[in-house]
Amino acid sequence: MTGSLFYFLTFLTLFAALGVVFSKNPVYSVLFLILTFFSLSGHYILLNAQFVAAVNIIVYAGAIMVLFLFVIMFLNLNMDTEQAQKKSVLTKVAGAISGGLLLVIMIAVLKDAEVGSYDPENFDSQIGLVENLGHLLFTKYLLPFELASVLFLVAMVGAVMLGKKETQQRHF
Amino acid sequence: MNEIPEVIRTIPLQYYLFFSSTLFVIGIIGVLTRRNAIIIFMCIELMLNAVNLLLTAFSAYRSDANGQVFVFFIMAVAAAEVCVGLAIIVMIYRNLRSTDINILSNLKW
Repeated sequence: MTGSLFYFLTFLTLFAALGVVFSKNPVYSVLFLILTFFSLSGHYILLNAQFVAAVNIIVYAGAIMVLFLFVIMFLNLNMDTEQAQKKSVLTKVAGAISGGLLLVIMIAVLKDAEVGSYDPENFDSQIGLVENLGHLLFTKYLLPFELASVLFLVAMVGAVMLGKKETQQRHF
Repeated sequence: MNEIPEVIRTIPLQYYLFFSSTLFVIGIIGVLTRRNAIIIFMCIELMLNAVNLLLTAFSAYRSDANGQVFVFFIMAVAAAEVCVGLAIIVMIYRNLRSTDINILSNLKW
């Protein structure tokens, strides 16, 4: 049961990721990306990493995707804006070949890699729960956690500065 | 209470390696072939998510919570990056009326 669920979620994720890359319409790309994030959250739940699954849905499917959709609607990009250029086909083929070669090399290397497996004696299935991760975040990782808030403040100020209209600029 | 999840018992860790590599390569192909800046951004998110999945899988198989804390920080940095990056894309669109990266070749020699 769980095994077939794993394969189903894997194929759904890969299908949606291919949809992101090959959709002509940017809005469809965003919708496929949302599907990718939800199926990845399913993977996290299968791994009993409930905190990561919840944060993935809240941050990615909730915040980041709304931002993407909002920008696409705002810029009126919901048509295919990529004009066919003469070098376009060559670039596409070269990109696909180099990406495919990287995949072949990675799989050939990882096929024989010693990654080990789980340890049945010392296994702890509770590590992905909110209680354990919250304890870790506020003790061992307290400084990076607080620095992340400074990072968000800087990102917010930067986005407001970049998005502000300037008087010399062309408006739309 | 402390029973091992079924997916960890039945699925080898290498399948997660193959799956994450494939997802990462799909993101790379998207960055290399698409010309729309917003789609390139989405493909970067795909690559970040492939890494997140691999970190979570290793963390769950090894019962080591540090990996999942790192996933949390990667998500935080990705959110900040998307916020600034989309602001830059909006500014590019304001100046050039397009988000095609082939137009942005002023620094090319």
